[in-house]
Amino acid sequence: MHGLVNTSIERFLRRAYGNDRWQAVATAADLGIDTFEPMMIYDDAVTEAVLDAASAQTGLSRADLLEDLGTFLVSDTSMEPLRRLLRFGGDDYTEFLHSLDDLPDRVRLAVPELELPRIESHEITPGLFRLSISPGLPGFTQVFAGVLRTMADDYGALVMLDHRGQRGGCDEFSIAVVEKDFATGRSFALGTGGT
Amino acid sequence: MTGLDRIAPLFDMLCPMHVALDDDGRLVSAGPTMKKLLGPGEVRGQAFLDIFQLDRPRTVRSVSELMESPRTRLHLTFRRPPRTRLKGVMVPLPDGQGAIVDLSFGISLLDAVNDYALTAQDFAPTSLAVELLYLVEAKTAAMEPLHNLNRRLDDDRKVAEEQAATDVLTGLWNRRAFDERLARLSGGVRPFALMHLDLDRFKRVNDTLGHAAGDHALKHVARIMSEEIRGRDSIARIGGDEFMILLEGVTDDTELAGIARRLIERISRPMPYKDRNFAVSASIGIVIADLEEAMTPDSLFGRADLALYAAKSAGRADHRFYDIALEHQFESRLDGTEPARRA
Repeated sequence: MHGLVNTSIERFLRRAYGNDRWQAVATAADLGIDTFEPMMIYDDAVTEAVLDAASAQTGLSRADLLEDLGTFLVSDTSMEPLRRLLRFGGDDYTEFLHSLDDLPDRVRLAVPELELPRIESHEITPGLFRLSISPGLPGFTQVFAGVLRTMADDYGALVMLDHRGQRGGCDEFSIAVVEKDFATGRSFALGTGGT
Repeated sequence: MTGLDRIAPLFDMLCPMHVALDDDGRLVSAGPTMKKLLGPGEVRGQAFLDIFQLDRPRTVRSVSELMESPRTRLHLTFRRPPRTRLKGVMVPLPDGQGAIVDLSFGISLLDAVNDYALTAQDFAPTSLAVELLYLVEAKTAAMEPLHNLNRRLDDDRKVAEEQAATDVLTGLWNRRAFDERLARLSGGVRPFALMHLDLDRFKRVNDTLGHAAGDHALKHVARIMSEEIRGRDSIARIGGDEFMILLEGVTDDTELAGIARRLIERISRPMPYKDRNFAVSASIGIVIADLEEAMTPDSLFGRADLALYAAKSAGRADHRFYDIALEHQFESRLDGTEPARRA
């Protein structure tokens, strides 16, 4: 697993549950290190061990933990660069959903070794999307559910998201965009303000 | 101008940063993004070259000259701050109806989105501007952990260097490792001897033959010492051309003198270097820690140094044992009024 993924899990656990809890997870998972290196590749078993230990430590199911992680990825201030990169996908939430087809390629532009599953997004009727996520990265679907919900808040859109289960090995979501401009979302400007 | 009026909405959509000029080089209209750049006020009637400074082609002075060589790449700078630089191309309209100049930010895009608070709608749907901005941010975000990693690796390297026990040039122990070893032995129960070896006039080798020759000599001497000294004894390079040898369990004067003489003899032989030979020599000071008297590493060091000084004073390429008499003989050295540094 790419170190960026492991680092995100670590950062999430530290921010949401505190450094002591992270240390307990690291010990229980027998990591032998205090912190992950974002630009290293780790064995997948390491990630599995961390997630198991984190479930045990927090009392959350794997699925709930991963969805919380997805929320963290776009809402925490320390992850602002990632939120901005996602917002480049479109000016409103429906455009963002359309842009998800390109997401794995966009991610590869930034970090060539980080491979995301293929995502296909279809607008079946105006405002009603069906999202299909290819297998290959276990747990990605749950994380992505958290990302999709939180990005809707970010854009200020009112949506209903439903995980429809699997079809042909792919996880399917249906997303109904009830209102694109339901609330004032978080601000996003192309420029970063001269930094 | 009816033709131009009819196609203007097309240009607004396809080239939101265009300006339409009449035959005199005055603005007729501007695309929506260009209007944002121009700021409030009437666009129509302003002279193109009053707004933009033409950087390239340099020889051209007027819009009519430009119209004579259409499709030339233009490099322009906004005369008004923040003096944004633009790239563009001019295409004359048929029948002398003026021209369209389409403009783009080029690499000044990164500043321009901040300076003019541009949004994705300000660019043509086909423009790669937003992708470029995305890429720049993605690379910045990806570079940050790399920078952090580099910083940590550099710190680790420094720590590792500090903790290292080996002298990089000679492969012998370094001063730090030697001090630790000496401290352990000083508090122990086994007697030992300490030899302080210093090359004679080593500075001259560096000065006349260069540092590469000096390094070569140091490695050569280190090799001789390693060959002459038993494996369980410790040899350290503690300074530029200063070495220390710890001989555990050896306290016999004759044996030690033999080792010292052998070292000096071998070190004094000419050594091949490139296509020539050159020689150095060495002086050695010896102190025996026979445990009859409690000795700190510092006092051992001091005695070995004094014995070495005596050997140097006696004419170099020789060895001397520490003796209480030396303390009186070289009193001036001991009370800190050291004579000129030995070479």
